[in-house]
Amino acid sequence: MDAVHLKRQLITFTEQLFREGFLDEQFNQLQQLQDENNPNFVVEVVSLFFQDTERLLDELSKALDQANLDFKKVDGHVHQLKGSSSSIGAQRVQRTCIIFRNYCNEKNVQACLKCLQVVKREFALLKSKMETLFNLEQQILAAGGPPSI
Amino acid sequence: MAVAGAVLRQNLPGNMDLCGKTGKGVPEFHVLAVDDSIVDRKVIEKLLRSLSCKVTVVDSGSRALQFLGLDGENSSVGFDALKVNLIMTDYSMPGMTGYELLKKIKGSSAFREIPVVIMSSERILARINRCLEEGAEEFLSKPVKFSDVERLTRYLLRGEADEVSEFGKRKLPKNCDLEVSSPSSPSSPSSPSPSSSSSSDDSSSSSCSYSRSSSPLPKRCKSV
Repeated sequence: MDAVHLKRQLITFTEQLFREGFLDEQFNQLQQLQDENNPNFVVEVVSLFFQDTERLLDELSKALDQANLDFKKVDGHVHQLKGSSSSIGAQRVQRTCIIFRNYCNEKNVQACLKCLQVVKREFALLKSKMETLFNLEQQILAAGGPPSI
Repeated sequence: MAVAGAVLRQNLPGNMDLCGKTGKGVPEFHVLAVDDSIVDRKVIEKLLRSLSCKVTVVDSGSRALQFLGLDGENSSVGFDALKVNLIMTDYSMPGMTGYELLKKIKGSSAFREIPVVIMSSERILARINRCLEEGAEEFLSKPVKFSDVERLTRYLLRGEADEVSEFGKRKLPKNCDLEVSSPSSPSSPSSPSPSSSSSSDDSSSSSCSYSRSSSPLPKRCKSV
């Protein structure tokens, strides 16, 4: 497939991500920061976010598995995840975190466990979509097209 | 925002970059950024670098104090630390909060004049008030945007912070637009674009900042 078609695909796909709430305006901010000095900025930040989230989800699983649940600790991790997801424009993950924090405040164990599952699912979905997006960008570059949308 | 940067550069005297770099060897604007989040550190660093600022990023309040030579371990201050023009710190950090860091900086004779900006994803009025009263220049809502940082560096660089001090420190008025949740018009041409109204503290789409005063108008609260 040539660069033009790929580019059209990328635009459509990106628009869909925004429409479905996976990404918000903050992601645009990141894209605008990318330039010839830092051509991989977006990929780098998003990769950092993936690594950091995996760590936080791990911590959350451990913390929610404790006999004497420390809700403050759980809330601390969710707060971190909420912050980082908001910084890259990962809207659905961020919104799940907001709900999660409310349940932490209510000290509702079952609801928190459920939220953890939802957040894991949302994260997996986002990760897969972002990988598709970055793949398309790579293909465009390989096909000799201009890198930016 | 390469285009915006180019436009701004055209409007500045000579070849001066937004952060004061000229061909004549005028030192760059040096910002010390403090945030425990690795993602936020990467973003704020890029935001500042895109404005041609020199950036030092650390992951905690104690490391910030170490960098400034305020940690009591070593009385000799690094040459780098003496040239810090602005400190931007996250509020919620493990160990030392941004507020505690702010107090330490304002309590130091060497560094109290450096403007400190607090960043936070939570817009709690009491928290904002506390920070402004303690001497924070501004309280920025996260996620931090290019326009927030660009505006900040521009008015600090132009020395409008000096004009600001004429009004002295003041508390945010209790009838601040923040509580009413209605959009207020921008107080100056250089202020960020009005953000969408939202009553949720956790709104991700609105951009908000609070300052001691950075314009002649009495209110500087942006819409929530």
